[in-house]
Formats: sequence, structure tokens, C-alpha cells
Amino acid sequence: MIDIQLLDTPLSPQQCLERVQNAAAGGINLFVGTVRNQTKGKPVVRLEFEAYAPMAISELYKIAQQIQARWPAKHIVIHHRVGTLEVGEIAVVIAVATPHRLASFQACQFAIDTLKETVPIWKKEIFEDGEVWVAAHP
Amino acid sequence: MELTILSFGIAKDIVGGPQCQLNVPAEITAKELKAQLLQQYPAFQDLRSLAIAINNTYATDDQVISPTDEVVLIPPVSGG
Repeated sequence: MIDIQLLDTPLSPQQCLERVQNAAAGGINLFVGTVRNQTKGKPVVRLEFEAYAPMAISELYKIAQQIQARWPAKHIVIHHRVGTLEVGEIAVVIAVATPHRLASFQACQFAIDTLKETVPIWKKEIFEDGEVWVAAHP
Repeated sequence: MELTILSFGIAKDIVGGPQCQLNVPAEITAKELKAQLLQQYPAFQDLRSLAIAINNTYATDDQVISPTDEVVLIPPVSGG
């Protein structure tokens, strides 16, 4: 089971966890990415996430399919938030269930690392005195 | 031919909106389109990367663009 969603409402790690739970799983890895309160010492007021939705969903599917080709991950959930997020809110949840723990760690790390490289989602950090598209410039 | 190009993130700021029209030679490739964009909007040269997506997939350099394709500028992504 692959469950990919872009949502403009709060994400539920509990719901993602329940989606991947199954009798054959001996390990479930749950990654929760949250909005940090500062960047290089500068207080962040909020984040704005924007996605090219159809392609973001298709790229997230590709990641899940790559995981299933490499690890025995029967169930994978990736939920990503879009819109405005306050500090502490959840931006992304990834849940991977595998028979043994090592594969679930590896697959989950692969998912978040690849997501940050390939999935067309952009975040803008809003500071007290300005805003910046994250990672746009070298 | 006239091409409609969609932009996201900082690309939207650079071209001045989520959508722009560009006059390009027929049978232009993704690589040639990128070169034209870098020339027309020099601010793209300051970015870490600029990719082109055609119909929801990253384009290859030699991929030919047709006027009915959905063409999207993908500046450096920063999800997660």
C-alpha cells in the first residue's frame, strides 16, 4: 500500500502510523519534519509551502516505488503539508513498515533525502524583516 | 511558437508571476529553452539550479517541446 497526499490541513503522525501497521511488520519508522524556530540564528515567524501538485504527487510515488524495489517495505505513507505553517507545525510525515528494523530506518531516510532533492515543493521562510525562498541560491 | 510557461517558488518572482508567455523557435529543446530563459531573465543565473518539467516529469536536455505541452520551471526544491 502506497499512500501519498499533499494536504492543506494539519498532518496526523498517528494516522500515518496506523495506515502502515500490519501483521508482517517488525519495524515501523516514522519521520516527522517540523517547522524550526530559527535559521542561522534568525527567528523564523512562519513558513509558506508551495507545490506543483500533480508532479509533486507523481515524484513522491516514484520515491515510494523505488523504496519497494530496494527494501521489503509493504506499506509506505508520505503526507506533505502545503500552505502557511507556524513554528512547531508538522510539514511532512513519512511512515515505512518493514519486517525488520534496519530496512525501515534506511527506507525512511532514503525517502526524506530524495524528497528534498526531487519533489517540486518549495518553502519560503518569513522573518521579522523579510522573506527568502529556502535553498534557492548557492 | 508561443509557449505558456508555469513558474513556482523563486522562479515566479523572477518572471513576474505564475504564468508567462515566451516566443520560442519551433521544436525547441528543454536545454535551448533554459538557455533562452537564462538570457532573458539573468536572475536565473544566480540560482543553485533550474530544471524544466514537461507534462509533470523532469525533461531531458534534448527533449523537444511542443506547443501543447505543460512546461514548468523548477527552481531548487526545498520541501520536507
